[in-house]
Amino acid sequence: MKKTYKIDVDCANCANLMEEEAKKTPGVKDAAVSFMTLKMKVEFEDGADTESVMQDVLKNCKKAEPDCEIFL
Amino acid sequence: MNKKQKNLLARIIVAAVLYVPVFLISEGIVKLEMPRWALFLLFLIPYLTVGNDILYKAFLGIKNRKVFDECFLMTVATLGAIILGEYGEGVAVMLLYQVGELFQSVAVGKSRKSISELMDIRPDYANLLLEDGGTERVDPDEVEIGSLIVVGPGEKVPIDGVVEEGSSALDTAALTGESRPRSAGVGDPVLSGTINLSGVLKIRTTADFEESTASKILDLVENAASHKSKSETFIAKFARVYTPFVCYAALALALLPPLFILITKIGLNSYSGAGEVFRDWVMRACAFLVISCPCAVVISVPLSFFAGLGGASNQGILIKGSNYLETLSDVTTVAFDKTGTITKGNFEVSAVHHNTMDKARLLELAAHAECHSSHPISLSLQRAYGGPIDAARVSEVEEISGHGICAKVDGTKVAVGNERLMERLGISVPACEQDAGTVIHVAADGAYAGHFVIRDELKDGIPEAMDALKRAGVKRSVMLTGDISKVAAQVAREAGISEFRAELLPQDKVAAVEALLAEAQGGKKLAFVGDGINDAPVLSRADIGIAMGALGSDAAIEAADVVLMDDDPRKIAKAIAISRKCLRIVRENIIFALTVKALCLILSALGLANMWLAIMADVGVMILAVLNAIRCLFVRKL
Repeated sequence: MKKTYKIDVDCANCANLMEEEAKKTPGVKDAAVSFMTLKMKVEFEDGADTESVMQDVLKNCKKAEPDCEIFL
Repeated sequence: MNKKQKNLLARIIVAAVLYVPVFLISEGIVKLEMPRWALFLLFLIPYLTVGNDILYKAFLGIKNRKVFDECFLMTVATLGAIILGEYGEGVAVMLLYQVGELFQSVAVGKSRKSISELMDIRPDYANLLLEDGGTERVDPDEVEIGSLIVVGPGEKVPIDGVVEEGSSALDTAALTGESRPRSAGVGDPVLSGTINLSGVLKIRTTADFEESTASKILDLVENAASHKSKSETFIAKFARVYTPFVCYAALALALLPPLFILITKIGLNSYSGAGEVFRDWVMRACAFLVISCPCAVVISVPLSFFAGLGGASNQGILIKGSNYLETLSDVTTVAFDKTGTITKGNFEVSAVHHNTMDKARLLELAAHAECHSSHPISLSLQRAYGGPIDAARVSEVEEISGHGICAKVDGTKVAVGNERLMERLGISVPACEQDAGTVIHVAADGAYAGHFVIRDELKDGIPEAMDALKRAGVKRSVMLTGDISKVAAQVAREAGISEFRAELLPQDKVAAVEALLAEAQGGKKLAFVGDGINDAPVLSRADIGIAMGALGSDAAIEAADVVLMDDDPRKIAKAIAISRKCLRIVRENIIFALTVKALCLILSALGLANMWLAIMADVGVMILAVLNAIRCLFVRKL
């Protein structure tokens, strides 16, 4: 299942870091962050609980870039 | 400016105002004696005002074990300067760094906004028709499928629909990039994003606002930015490696040369003491850190691609990913489908030969014999006849599949079909060496009466399109068709296409493309151009699948990588040209940014650049790279 979320992030490097963190989060099959459109596309593993996975993604992203936001 | 940016601006101004007097005092320009610790505290105030978030983020970074980032670099650099007693310089660097950050944020925000606005072809209201005949202005999201909306002259069509009343001309520039008006009357479909030019139209909606063409196009371009190009992934990897590397390099710069000097005593006499040695090299290392920030490159590359995607979309060229935008510039082979792509796909009678009776009479007989058939060839015969078809005159119609039709028209036995039909009826066919095309023979009362040559016309602008492609660097053009060789050869010749493969079954087309792919050398790519609907497997097999004339066709948009919204074959060359311009700008930015940075890094390592220069270099390069990236938007003249 794929979902797109609006995000807020300050710099392009941070967007790349967010993408890396999201990809590493369990439950996430693949993720793509576009700094230009401020959107994060997430493809979830089969049977993953999207809400709790996104909470983990947000936590991991904040570790890499404290100033980022994902609008869940 | 958003809230974060306004807050930053306020802090910068406050810090600057507090900084200037203290700086003047510390430099002795304003004569005011005070102890070092007092000066230190006075400098600390603007430093913390402008830099508190940077320090906090650096701390968080260490805590979360993501140590090596920009904030860490800046914190170490400025704290290093302060510890060494260079209060003024440390605060100035933090101040200037934040100014740079603000510039960057505003510049990126502005360019993002202007590109998005340029791409947003959707109007923000719809005129809903009320029962009493009046209209109400509503949010287009609220209009249900099947409602009636009114679009007046000069207004944009907000939602896809069908004209119920009225007739007008529409400007489709927002979707196709061409402003030649298309007329629309009752029963014609209209697409959102087009501008109604002359008359008032009452439209019954056939889709939601979100599902309408204009919204879908916008979504497509936004999504395209997520399909990263090779350049973008390279830059991301580069930045990941670069920052820790620079930190270590700075550390080495701060420690190794001073240790070397102190231990070997070489060059020691140019310094006034051991402390001075360390101070000099640590300051150099700090400037090093400041210059090393890769922001300029990391920002400008995605921005260039985004601008390129947006500029292309305004020309009616939808590219579904930054990666495809990149691949387009490497295309040297283009394969074309014939019917519907190079040719118009509507057959026309182009000649009548060997007729034993008057042409008009021959057409009349043939058209009537074919009157019950809806085969495109029959339709072309009926069209060529042009007169009213009276089915009552036709009887005993016998359709022989693969051969043709026999019927009685006005009592005359008429046979209309191919050579096989004539053979079957025992009628000999005179040889004809003239124009190739599909030949339809006619026999009347058992005798040969003549034949029609039916041709599929070339689309407008094909020869120019081929020229443009050659100029764009396409070395090989190949036409693929299921048609017979003779016809294929003629069409290819007229179109200016150098090679063709004819009599291909659908699976042969895929094999043909695979063969061409194998023949493409050295990373050069192959593009296939088709009408998208029945070319899906070939479109996906090619490096780039281009669908033409996709305005209103969801299937084509799904299947292809690049979608040309109108039927203009010249847009193929334009797409390649846009791609080349974009990549050229990306390369310019990368080379420019890295070269300037490398130069400044060397200068600061040699002690010839101080932190002021460092910050200027960083911010300056970033702004120039962003401005250069925006050039990718301007592709109309290509």
